[in-house]
Amino acid sequence: MINRTIAPAYKEINQINLIQATPRLLDNNIKLFVVNAGEQELVRIEFIFNNVNWDVNHPLQAFITNSLLIEGSRTMSSYQISERIDSYGAFIQAEYGFDHSTFTLYTLSKHLDDVLPLVKEILTEATFPQEELDTFVRNQKQKLLISLEKNDVVTKRIFNNSLFGDSIYGYIVNAEDYDKVDRNQLVEYYKAAYQPNNCIIIASGKVDEVITEKINSFFGNGWENTVQSTKNVFSIPQKKGSLYYTEKPEALQSAIRIGQISIPRNHADFPALQFLNTVLGGYFGSRLMANIREEKGYTYGIGSGLVSLQNVGYFLIASEVGAEVCTLTLEEIEKEVNLLRTEPIPEEEIELVKNYMLGSFMGSLENAFSHADKFKSIYLAGLDYAYYTRYVQTIKHINAQQLLELANKYLDYNSFNIVITGKK
Amino acid sequence: MVNFNRFKLDNGLMVLVHEDPTTPMAVINILYNVGARDENPSKTGFAHLFEHLMFGGSVNIPSYDEPLQRVGGENNAFTSNDITNYYITLPAENLETAFWLESDRMLNLAFSEKSLDVQRNVVSEEFKQRYLNQPYGDVMLKLRPLAYKTHPYMWSTIGKELSHIEEATIDDVKDFFKKHYSPSNAIMVVGGSVSTKDVKILAEKWFGNIHSGEKYIRNLPVEPVQLEERREVFYADVPLDAIYIAFHVPDKTDQGYYEVDLITDMLSRGNSSRLYNNLVKERKLFTDINASLTSSADPGLLIIDGKPAAGISVQEAESAIWDVLNSFSSEQVAEAELNKVKNKIESTMVFAEMSLLDKAMNLAFFEVLGDANDFNKETERYLRISANDIIQRAKATFTKENSSTLLYLANK
Repeated sequence: MINRTIAPAYKEINQINLIQATPRLLDNNIKLFVVNAGEQELVRIEFIFNNVNWDVNHPLQAFITNSLLIEGSRTMSSYQISERIDSYGAFIQAEYGFDHSTFTLYTLSKHLDDVLPLVKEILTEATFPQEELDTFVRNQKQKLLISLEKNDVVTKRIFNNSLFGDSIYGYIVNAEDYDKVDRNQLVEYYKAAYQPNNCIIIASGKVDEVITEKINSFFGNGWENTVQSTKNVFSIPQKKGSLYYTEKPEALQSAIRIGQISIPRNHADFPALQFLNTVLGGYFGSRLMANIREEKGYTYGIGSGLVSLQNVGYFLIASEVGAEVCTLTLEEIEKEVNLLRTEPIPEEEIELVKNYMLGSFMGSLENAFSHADKFKSIYLAGLDYAYYTRYVQTIKHINAQQLLELANKYLDYNSFNIVITGKK
Repeated sequence: MVNFNRFKLDNGLMVLVHEDPTTPMAVINILYNVGARDENPSKTGFAHLFEHLMFGGSVNIPSYDEPLQRVGGENNAFTSNDITNYYITLPAENLETAFWLESDRMLNLAFSEKSLDVQRNVVSEEFKQRYLNQPYGDVMLKLRPLAYKTHPYMWSTIGKELSHIEEATIDDVKDFFKKHYSPSNAIMVVGGSVSTKDVKILAEKWFGNIHSGEKYIRNLPVEPVQLEERREVFYADVPLDAIYIAFHVPDKTDQGYYEVDLITDMLSRGNSSRLYNNLVKERKLFTDINASLTSSADPGLLIIDGKPAAGISVQEAESAIWDVLNSFSSEQVAEAELNKVKNKIESTMVFAEMSLLDKAMNLAFFEVLGDANDFNKETERYLRISANDIIQRAKATFTKENSSTLLYLANK
């Protein structure tokens, strides 16, 4: 008979193999990065543009420009773009983030010759038809009305604003902002942001020399820089330790989001602070989950995170909890944060989190796309692959004393902004 | 094409192995052939509550999550109306830890009162977070009982009401385990950097001596064919009116399912789809419209949901949806349109092969439906559909008698 009370032997992870991106310069000096891997005959090509020219009077300019890329170009209507892309079984996706606007193509390699010209036209000759803008604004305003009924959304808006003020990271979008958008702003932004010297391309999948050359012939030629744009740079106002409470008398649950300004990925302490964050609220077995969900049953889920942006990082804890236990939850969160500052983390827990994080890192390298994502994280933070070596080393060798110091340096409950929507 | 080997242990546990040497990881996916449809109508939400309790410690191992995290693994689970599915991803070198954990909880649970107490609360909070404290969050709780009058798809996996979860007892938990959680009611898929030979040895070692249990024979009431249009109006504190229309469609093993799946894509996949282009872009009657399928083991639903634009009456909006649905019978389906949705499906299938976990889950689900290899035949089933099949299927599906309409209206 086997003894089921004894865990099988296990091995620690020693080797993590990253498939590195190969750089290449297109004829017009766009940087192309290629992650060539995988069995399937398919590719993902991402065009990443910095967000530029932030103007608080036109807060939606970059977002709507990105959203309307696929809504009309010189020879194609919105309908035709969609129909033609779909007919090749390809997928296109415009995605807007705080720091970057991205346009992504997914396609089977056999259709590249048909699909790339369409993408080229979208990126260089989008037309932003007035009618499409009107439709988009109408739809978005309705969506906003629904979002504002969601406590977690309301909470997030207030939280970001509490940390970042009216910068692109913190601006609270209202319905009137949509009314202020006119087509000229989009055309102007398109000219400024969607041009070669503001673009990098990351291609992943089975991307051989032939495909790389195709990318060069379409995007390295016949696409020239026009105007100069201004990079977004922010000074972040520090409003620490404030409480923002929005009462919703009918709420069954309260949404909570608390946290403070922190460090971005390119800071030397970032990997170690990620470790500390994982202990507190970064995985299913974390202290916040163990206490507030698995011990007390106050919530379906609670987590913490360390977010890295271009200019700054921030730390947050978020949950939706039973309205009647909102105050109790905050007390428990405070206890857990303070515990990290006063008590060394037991060796056994450090060992567990170490193994969990290494396994999770290895598991996140599933395919060519995930390897490309890993590259994107470092490249956009101004780092190189040495970061991952340092990340793995930090996780392997971190000790309780270092974590105690980090907690005292970076996690201060009294400095957290606390946002609650619901009841308390 | 997803290759696999298959063997069965003497106790009835079905094991599938998908060898994928391109990854250093392994997955174990265990599907128990029990879902919300197998619940007692007065104790709904139980299969899902039980899924939570599967993480509350087993007979020889007090904590499930901790030893797994210690070897670099992650896990989760979901419950649907049809099945309950548990999965682990971990470094392939530590595969045996997953066998140890999964076999012990198949052997027996700890049945802790404390775990039951806590998970009742956790699931109640999940109920509130996902269904009650969200605008339109409870719509499926209203639409299912309108569309199903007999079949247990009339309730959602979360259950009919909070009280069912609050009243669950430890005896209910024990009975449910005995009835459904045994080798003869489970399918295990092991995938990744593993060999069938090693998996066989590990499966025998850890699962081989678990008592087979009684095979659960499912005998659910069949939903009678709907003969009359059904309608319900519901008012809530939401910002906008919404329209939901559900149609009965074939189950996932039926060729008709593949036809309605293509129809669903023609209706609402992408900017050039019929509902979106016609009602949002051209006529500007809606700000949002979608069509979706429940993809279930028993006959499911095709659901259309839309939000009319400001100033458009619900009546006008609803009748415009029908205009689009009726276009399948009044106009030809162009080959180009059919090819468009087929190509999209074909490439989706190729992209799906990039995820090890997705492959393992799909093999398990198709195995419980009859044969894991049917997963590999899906593309062919889509490709053989003709324009005429689409027209006939649409005509049969989009009738008033086959529809259940829920008007979810804003309190003025």
